[in-house]
Amino acid sequence: MAAPTLAAEAKPWADPAAKPFIRIRNITKNFGDFTAVDDVTLDIYKGELFCLLGGSGCGKSTLLRMLAGFETPSAGQIEIDGQDMARIDPHHRPTNMMFQSYALFPHMTVEKNVAYGLLRQGMPRGEAMERVADMLRMVKLEDFATRKPHQLSGGQQQRVALARSRVKQPKLLLLDEPLGALDKKLREETQFELIRIQETLGVTFIVVTHDQEEAMTLSTRIGVMDAGQIVQVGEPQEIYERPGSRYVADFIGSVNLFSGEVDASGTDMLRIRSAEADGDILAPPMAGLKARQGVWVAVRPEQITLSREAPQNARNVLQGMVEEVAYLGNLSIYRVVLDSGKVVRVTKANLSHEESPITWDERVYLCWNPAAGVVLTK
Amino acid sequence: MSGPAPKSGLRKGTERFLRAIGFSGRGLVIAVPTLWLLVFFLIPFLVVLKISVAEPMIARPPYSPLFVHGPDGWSLKYTFDNYAYLWQDSLYIKAYWSSVKIAFVSTVLTLMIGYPMAYYIARSEEPKRSLLLLLVVLPFWTSFLLRVYAWIGILKNKGLLNAVLMKIGIIDQPLVIMQTDIAVYIGIVYTYLPFMILPLYANLVKLDGSLLEASADLGARPLTTFLKITLPLSLPGILAGSMLVFIPAIGEFVIPALLGGPDTLMIGKVLWSEFFNNRDWPVASAVAIAMLVLLVIPVMLLRLANTKQEDLI
Ligand SMILES: Nc1ncnc2c1ncn2[C@@H]1O[C@H](COP(=O)(O)OP(=O)(O)OP(=O)(O)O)[C@@H](O)[C@H]1O
Ligand SMILES: [Mg+2]
Repeated sequence: MAAPTLAAEAKPWADPAAKPFIRIRNITKNFGDFTAVDDVTLDIYKGELFCLLGGSGCGKSTLLRMLAGFETPSAGQIEIDGQDMARIDPHHRPTNMMFQSYALFPHMTVEKNVAYGLLRQGMPRGEAMERVADMLRMVKLEDFATRKPHQLSGGQQQRVALARSRVKQPKLLLLDEPLGALDKKLREETQFELIRIQETLGVTFIVVTHDQEEAMTLSTRIGVMDAGQIVQVGEPQEIYERPGSRYVADFIGSVNLFSGEVDASGTDMLRIRSAEADGDILAPPMAGLKARQGVWVAVRPEQITLSREAPQNARNVLQGMVEEVAYLGNLSIYRVVLDSGKVVRVTKANLSHEESPITWDERVYLCWNPAAGVVLTK
Repeated sequence: MSGPAPKSGLRKGTERFLRAIGFSGRGLVIAVPTLWLLVFFLIPFLVVLKISVAEPMIARPPYSPLFVHGPDGWSLKYTFDNYAYLWQDSLYIKAYWSSVKIAFVSTVLTLMIGYPMAYYIARSEEPKRSLLLLLVVLPFWTSFLLRVYAWIGILKNKGLLNAVLMKIGIIDQPLVIMQTDIAVYIGIVYTYLPFMILPLYANLVKLDGSLLEASADLGARPLTTFLKITLPLSLPGILAGSMLVFIPAIGEFVIPALLGGPDTLMIGKVLWSEFFNNRDWPVASAVAIAMLVLLVIPVMLLRLANTKQEDLI
C-alpha cells in the first residue's frame, strides 16, 4: 500500500514547479473605508496544515470567510483546486468551516447538528447516523448525542462544531480557533487527531489560532498576519529561528530585542553598537545594511547562558542583576536588569543535582553565541 | 425649603404602614397590574356573566335581577336558558364557526404576507430598517374607522381599484368585492398586518446570521436553509403574531359590518344586533361569554405550544 506523500516531508512550497491547491492572489477586503484584509497573496498546497497566526482583529477570520464564500473579496482572486471561486456559492464550495462562534443550530440535538451536512449531500439516513456516531465517539461526545447545544459546556460545544465541520471529509477544512476552549490534555489529543487526519486522509487544513505554541506543534507552515497583511510565511522552525520582523519575533515565542546601529567596521561579524546592551553586540553578517542604520538584534531567552564568573574568551557578554526568578519545574525563567535598565529574559533548564543555582539579586554575566542572534531591520 | 429629612421620614412612615397591611416592595409592583386586571377585566366580566344567566325583561335595565328578595329572605335567581338557546338556534353555531374560519384564513394570509416583510426588514441595514419599521406602524396614527372607510372607497363598484383595473383593460366589468367575504379578508389582513410583522420582526432580527452561513457551508441550498433553520427558529414569532391576529379577528365587528355583506356571518355582528336591535341583553351576554371561552381555548393551546417550543430552543 502506497502511503500518501506527506506535505510535511515533500515540502511542495519549496518546489517552484509544484501546483498549489489554493491560490490566493492579491485578495483585499474593505468594510466601508476600513481594510480588514490587505492585498494578501498566498499559495497553500494539498495536504498542508497551514496555521494563520496573528493578533486579535488582524483579519484572520475575514480571510477564512472569503475562502468559505461568506464574504466577497473587494479585489483579488481565490482559486481552490484549480477552480476560480468568484462565482461559486458557499453551498457549492469544496470546503467546510468551523466557526469561531461555533454556530451550532440551537434547535437541533448534537447528533442532528453533526448529521446536517451528510443529509444535505443526500446520504441515506442510516449511513449518515453511523458516520455521526463514529465521529462523536472520536470527539468523545457519544454520551451527549441527544443533548441540545445549550446543554453543553463551552469545550463540548467546540468539539461538536469541530465534528460537524469534519464529518463531510471536505477537501479543505477551515478551522477558526478550533481548540481554544479545550483543556490541555484534550487539546493535545485533538491536535494529534488533526495531524492524523491530515496525514492519512490528505485533507488540507487552514487553522486560525492565537496560540503560537499550537501553531508550532500543528503546522506544516505558518502565516503570520498583522493589520490585514501576511507579514511572513514559513515553516515553524524557520519562523522561530529567522523571524523577518520584530512583530513576528515577538509573536512567535518570547524574544529579547536590543536596538542599536550598524557599526561600519564590522567584517566577518556584524558589529552593532547598542546603548541598551551597554556596548557592542556581534551578530551574523547580513547583506544590504548601511553604516549607522538603526537595527534590532533578536535573541531568544533560551540562547542566553547565565554565570557568576565572567565566561572565558566569549563574545557578547553583558552584566546585570537578577530581578526575578520564576520556577516552572523543568525550567526557570530569569529576568535580569542590565546596567542600562534594559530587562532581559533568560530561560534555563533545571538540572537535578545543581548546587546553589543563581537566584534573586545576584550579579550575573549573560552570554550568547553571535550566531544565535538575528538582525532585524523592521 | 425643607430638607430631605422630613420627606424621607414621611416615606418611611408610608412604607411602614404599607408593610403593616401586608404590602412589601415586590408585592406593590405586582399589586398595580393585579388591581388593574381586577377592576377593568374581572369585574366587567362578572357583570356580563351575571347578565348572561338572567331573564330578559322589558324594564330598565332589560333583565331580571340576580338576587331576589322574596317572602323567605334573599334568594338567587338564575337560568341557563340563554346558553341553551345559543345551542338550539343554529345561527349562533354558524356564526361562531364562520368567525373562526374567517379569522383562521385571515391569519394564514397575514402570516404569508407578513413573514417576507418581517424577514426583509430584519435583514435590512440600519437606517433603512428603522424607516421600514416606522412605515409598518404608521397607519396606527390614523383612526382605524377612517382606514376601513377608505377601503370602501377603494373596493366599491365604482371605486379606485375597479377604475384602475378597467382603465388598464384587465377587466371590462367592475369586480364585485364590496359586501363579500373577500372584502372582509382584505380588511382584516390589512388592519392586523402590523401585529403579525412586529413579533416576527422581533424574532427574526435576533436570528444569528452565522447559523445561516453554517447551513450553507454544510451544503444546504437557500430554500433548505430557510426550511430547516430559519423557519423552526422563528416559530415563537409565528405563534405570537398569529395569536395577535387570530384572537381579535374572531371577535371583529367593525370590519365585517362595514366591508362585509348581509351574508357575512361573524359573531361580533350577531352580538351587536342582539344587544342593540333585539335589546336581549341576557342572550347577548351569553354570546359574549361563549366567545370568551372559545378564545381562551386557542390561547391556552398556543401558549402551551409556545412554551414547549421555547423549551426546545
Ligand atoms: N462585517 C464587518 N463589518 C465591519 N468590520 C468588520 C466586519 N467583519 C470584521 N470586521 C473588522 O475587520 C477586522 C478583522 O476582523 P477579523 O474577524 O478577521 O479578525 P480576527 O483576526 O479573526 O480577530 P480575532 O482573533 O479576534 O478573531 C476587525 O477589525 C473587525 O472589526
Ligand atoms: Mg477571528
